[in-house]
Order: sequence, then structure tokens, then C-alpha cells
Amino acid sequence: MRRSLDVAFQALSLLVLLLALAALAALIVDVVSDGAGRLSWDFINGYPSRRASQAGIFPALAGSIFVILLTALLALPIGVAAAIYLEEYGRRNFVSRAIEINITNLAAVPSIIYGLLGLGVFVRLMGMGRSVIAGAATLALLALPVVILSTREALRAVPGSIREGSYALGATKWQTIWHQVLPVATPGILTGLILSLSRAIGETAPLITMGALTYVSFAPDSIWSSFTVLPIQIFNWVSRPQRDFHANAAAGILLLMALLLTMNGLAIWLRDRYQKRLAG
Amino acid sequence: MRRFEFVIERGLFLCALLSVATTVGIIAVLAVETAAFLREVPIVDFLFGTEWTPLFSTPRFGVLPLVVGTTLVSLIAMLVALPMGLLSAIYLSEYANSSVRRVLKPVLELLAGVPTVVYGYFALLFVTPLLQQVFPNLAGFNALGPGIVMGVMILPLVSSLSEDAMRAVPIGLREGSYALGATRMQTSLRVVVPAAFSGITAAFILAISRAIGETMIVAIAAGQQPRLTWDPTVPIETMTAYIVQVSLGDTPQGTLEYRTIFAVGMLLFLGTFGLNLVSAWLRQRYREEYS
Amino acid sequence: MSTASTRPLPGSLGELASRNVAPPPSSSEPCKIEAKHLDFYYGQKRALEDISVQIRPHLVTAFIGPSGCGKSTFLRTINRMNDIIPGTRVDGQVLIDNANIYGPGVDVVQLRRRVGMVFQKSNPFPKSIFENVSYGLRINGMVSSKSELAGQVEESLRQAALWDEVKDRLHESALALSGGQQQRLCIARALAVRPDILLMDEPASALDPIATQRIEELAYDLKKKYTVVIVTHNMQQAARVSDYTAFFWLGRLVEYDRTDKIFTNPTEKLTEDYVTGRFG
Repeated sequence: MRRSLDVAFQALSLLVLLLALAALAALIVDVVSDGAGRLSWDFINGYPSRRASQAGIFPALAGSIFVILLTALLALPIGVAAAIYLEEYGRRNFVSRAIEINITNLAAVPSIIYGLLGLGVFVRLMGMGRSVIAGAATLALLALPVVILSTREALRAVPGSIREGSYALGATKWQTIWHQVLPVATPGILTGLILSLSRAIGETAPLITMGALTYVSFAPDSIWSSFTVLPIQIFNWVSRPQRDFHANAAAGILLLMALLLTMNGLAIWLRDRYQKRLAG
Repeated sequence: MRRFEFVIERGLFLCALLSVATTVGIIAVLAVETAAFLREVPIVDFLFGTEWTPLFSTPRFGVLPLVVGTTLVSLIAMLVALPMGLLSAIYLSEYANSSVRRVLKPVLELLAGVPTVVYGYFALLFVTPLLQQVFPNLAGFNALGPGIVMGVMILPLVSSLSEDAMRAVPIGLREGSYALGATRMQTSLRVVVPAAFSGITAAFILAISRAIGETMIVAIAAGQQPRLTWDPTVPIETMTAYIVQVSLGDTPQGTLEYRTIFAVGMLLFLGTFGLNLVSAWLRQRYREEYS
Repeated sequence: MSTASTRPLPGSLGELASRNVAPPPSSSEPCKIEAKHLDFYYGQKRALEDISVQIRPHLVTAFIGPSGCGKSTFLRTINRMNDIIPGTRVDGQVLIDNANIYGPGVDVVQLRRRVGMVFQKSNPFPKSIFENVSYGLRINGMVSSKSELAGQVEESLRQAALWDEVKDRLHESALALSGGQQQRLCIARALAVRPDILLMDEPASALDPIATQRIEELAYDLKKKYTVVIVTHNMQQAARVSDYTAFFWLGRLVEYDRTDKIFTNPTEKLTEDYVTGRFG
């Protein structure tokens, strides 16, 4: 009797797990069936329109790529610098502990709050307006905790013997970090960056809140330009009652997922090359 | 040379300090606007009022409908995510062999990687119509559909954190139980889960915090009608969806209506922040127990 | 005075040591490294107690003793490598050329250039052979042209008896070398920055006998130009290679004298017990 209960329980747990995966499968099938027909070069290169069948996604696509590149440019140096400080310089003092706790907390703050922060500080206080650069700055703050955490892991993975060998030759701390530690940690850092960016590219709420537009008929041409991004365009279309726009939304989702897969694939490829390099 | 090293260290320190500046910035922005808001709206009216109509000609600023809306959706999400997440974790931790785990875990993580706007699409255009076959009076916008989808989205978080907590339980405890003739189910439920209790609770609390802060699924599929109700079949509005609604509109800056998004945001921040602190404290405790 | 027997110790150890007779100490030659009542703490735990010793220039001095006796710890105080470990403390003095290296205002970076170190497990940087040797020269600003750099690299590799084996593959990865070659590369790397003193912490313990022999020959040759201090747990190695030997036990210096005397006719019973293999 106990044995059969045990088997039933095991089956139940497995069933529950598979149910979750089935939901994922249903989602994929649903989106593909709704949107695959709509996906075409005209769609990718086209501009939004009141007529669903003629609408294109180019401004949103360009906006997403532009914003993500700027976000990377902002988040990478600051995140790496912060991680280097915490990992190599300030290991044991109180201030470092406080900063670490702070970063862990920030990683769990809802993303929409970052949008309010961006609105208050970047858009208004610093006068950047509802621009690409303000959006990138907002997303960079959002991405920073993850970049810092993954960079710290990459730094920690560098063997201490390399640092010792460098110090023994009369190198300073920074020389050791710059010439020996960072080169070895770079693939790990980039992997972490790409993973955090792939999360950022799917973010909608913070950008809507700081003032990205939902209907944009041009691609952004400078960092001060107003803009929209892929997920916002998808949101815009799915919010319309007409079914034709829903198909557009689905096609947009497929494009977004394709971008995500590419970025994650890149991160995995980098990580594999990293393993091979350290093996000598 | 010494000078250079010193400058570098200071520069790196400032970058690390930016994270503190971010937290300070969040608190400052929310606090300033909320203070301005509360100068015009008494805090009691805000926290305990039952009508939320800030954009009407006779505006009411009682936030309870939004809070209840958020709570309702989160509750439904937790009813899905917590038991299913825990059971998945038990399966992966106590039953699955390593090759099965190596396949199932990453696939489960995929669930967490899907952008929330995609989940919103799924909730509105697939799940709700599906549910309407079972519950014909289900409205197009409701709390049930997005609640279930949110639960599925949060499931991997619960599963992975609970699994970590259970893997940290020393194998000796399990062996003791098996040696007494217990089945795996009895061992999991009566030995491992209680031993990992703080870690699992930490996971649950973090999941609740995630659900409360979630925006796009509810913005797309739950509706924009703030309503003080526990009925999952009608349109409602959550705190997060309200912020999106105002941001999409043309509310001019500096007005009371505009300030409402910061007041609601402040409430949201305090709630999730409190939950995160408790979760972190619990996680610290379970780490100390088994290290 | 003497509690040990005065007849020479039987066996090859004594014969080995006798072959290696150090010049008698001359009071006119200044000692190169001197410790004066040195105490060393890892946190609360005292690892070295009241060490006082005078190490002479242009000789090989060996530190021997069982595991955990403090010989490596003491070696690492000579180039202040222990500073990297948090929570360590030093009482007393360590003097190099009569200047206390733990005094105020000492430039640790310069110290480590003057006092080179080779580690137990060879730790070449994951770069090319050339870059490993040139690193120290570049960061210390010791060369001003590419040809000068190449010349110094060749010179160092020759001194480490590695040039002939690697001259055709200088730009290949150092990690592709054998264990013994990697260790000689580490020696070359240390010599490149022109130290006065070379510290070797069990340099051959991870190597096969042939590679070990080459390292020992190298250590013996290097004393013409440098002051060599070698930590070893292998007594035959100490007897083969060194002019003076210091025996450590439980953080104290038990006996320090010419190698032939330590191995044939030690003063302390503890020393005799150790070198005859009664313990350790």
C-alpha cells in the first residue's frame, strides 16, 4: 500500500513537471501558428500602419537594437568596475558588505520601479527627455546587478596562483588585474553580459513607464530621439481588438524570440570556447 | 605610480557605490512624489479608500481596489506556482537521476526566460478563451487567466530555489530515514522538506514578491477596471497595470494624477522590498544551518 | 654542550653533504637576509616563533623540516607575499641588505621585484612563453625598445637553461610545456626582472626525477649571481644542493649551520632525529 502511494506520488510530481513543460509547448505552438504566416521581409522592414496587413515592425526592431547596444555600453564598464572593486579590493570591510546586500536587493526589485526611477531621474531631473539614451540608462541600471554578480563569478574563477605569480614579479594590484586576471575572466564576463542583455531586450514595463512611445513611425536616428522597442510594439498590437493585429503581435513575438535565441546561443558558444581555452 | 593605483581604486569604488546610489534614487524619487501626493490626498483616504478613480472628473484616490486586484491575481498565481513548483523540486531533487535532471532543468529554466509580454499574449488570446469553454461567464479580461499564466511563469523560480534548499540537506538525514524503512515519498515529505523549511519558505516569499511586481501579463490580460472584488471572472486592475495605463496616456507631468503612479509605485516598492528582506533573511538562516 | 653523538652519520646523506662544503663564514661579508626575533601570526594562530637567522649572499640556503613547520611561511615573509592573505601579522624584523623590509614606507612592489619567487606548483600565465618572461620587464618599465625586450627574454631563458628547448616556439602557449619546462619558465620569468635574491618554495616537488635534477643543477648554478633560498621537504635534495641548511620545527628555528655539519654532525638531538629519519 505504501509502495503504491510512493509510486503515485512520484508519478504526480513528474506529471506536474511535465504539465509546466506542456504549457511552454502550448505557448510556442500558439504563437507560431498565429504569427508564422505574417512573418516576412516586408514585415521586418515595414513601418506601422493603421492597416494591420500593411504594418511593419522596423522602427521597433531598430529601437530595440539601438537601445540594447547603448545599454551594453553603459552597463559593461560600470558593472565590471564595480565587480572588480568588490572582488579584488574591498573584500572584508563593512562598506563592501553593505554594497553587496544592496545589489542583491536591487536584483529583486520589480522592473517597473526602475521605470519610475528612470522617469524621475533621467527623463526629468537630468533633462534627457524620453530619449533612447534615457531608456538605455534605465535598462543599464536594471541590468547592473546581474552583470556585477556574473562578473564576480568570472573573477573568482581565475586561479589565485596566477595572481600570486604576478605579485611575485613586482606587479601592482591593478597591473595584475588588468594584464592577467581580466583577460582570463573576459569570456565569462561577456557571457554574463549577454545573458543580462537578453533579459533586458524583453523588458517592456520600465520603458513604457519612462516614456517610450507605443506608436512610432520612424526609426530612431540619434541617442536623443524618441523611440519604441519590440516588446512595446507587441504590446501595442495585442491590445487592439482587431484579430489582424494579433497576428502581427504573434509575428513580432517570433522575431523577439529569434533575437533571444541568437543571444543565448552566442552566450553558450562563448562559454564553451572559454572552457577549451583554460584547458590549455 | 602610487597615485595612479589610488585613483583607479577610487574610481572602481565609485562604480560600486552606484548601486547604492540607485537604491537611494529609487527611494528619493518615490518619496518626493508620494509626499507631494499625500499633501493633497490624506493618507487614510489613500490606504483605506475603496474607490480608485483618479482620472475621473470627481476623482477618488482609495487604492484598495488596486491592492485587492494585485492580491487576487498573485493568489491565483501562487496556487499554481507553489504546489507545482515544490512538487517539481521534489521530483528533481529526490527522484530524478542526473541525466533526467540535466535535460529537464534547462527546459524548465526556459519558462523563466520567456518575456512577460509573450505570456500576456498567451493569457489573453489562448488561456482565457480556453477557460471560457469551461466557465462561460468568464469575461474577456479577468484575473483567472493571467493568474494561471503568471503561476506557470513563476514555477521555475519556486522549483529551482526549493531544489537548492533541499539539495543542501545533508544526505545523512535521508539515509537515516531510508534505513528505517521509509519510502521516498515519506522521506521527502517528512524529512527533507521540513529540514529545508527555511529555504523553501524563502523561495515562496520571493515568488510572491515576483508575482506582485509583475506587470505585462496583467496589463494585457487582466483589464483596466479597478474593482474591489475577489471574483476572478471579471476585469480588474492591478497596481502595476495602473502605472502602465497612466504612462501610456497624456497625463501631464506635475499634476496630481501624474503623482498617483509614484504613490502606487511606493506602495509596490515597500511591499516587495519587505518581502525580499524576509526572504533573504530566511535564506541566510538555512545557509547557516547547513554549513 | 653537545648532546648528539659526534661520529659522522652513516649513509649517503652524510656523504652528499660532505661533498658540498660551504666556505667558512667571514665576518667581513655582510649577510644578505637577516631575521631578528621574527614572530608571524595567521590571525590568532602563531605560525613562527622568535626566528633569528643570517643568510649569506651568493650561496644556496635550504630550509628543511616536516610539513607545517613554518619553513614556507618564513620564506614568504622575505618577499612579503603573506601580505596578500588577510589577517596576517608580523612582529620583529626582516632585513635585506640591513634595511627592515617591514619598516614604514617600504615599497612592497619594488621589494618583490628584487626578491624573486618560484612556487611549488608552477604557475605560468596562460599566455605565450615570450609573454610570460616579458611581463615582468614590461610592467616594471625595465626596457625601452622591442629589441631590448627580446634580448632580455633570451638572456633570462638561457639562465634558466630553457632557451634551446623553446627558442623556436616562443609565441606558443606556455601551458603546452611539460611540468619541468614550465617550472624553468617560471624561473626565467623571475630572473628577468633582475632580482638579487631568488626564493624557491619546493620547486621540484611536483616534478619527475629527471626534471628535478635539472632544477637542482640550476639552483646550484644560479648562486654565482644570486642568493638562493630553497624550501624543500626532500633531505637528499637539501644535502645535494645547499651550502647552509636551516631546520625548522613547529614554527621555531631549531638549528642553522653549514649543510655538511647539519647532515653529518648536528648539534641538536631534534635535528639528528629528523635527518636520520626517526620522524617527519
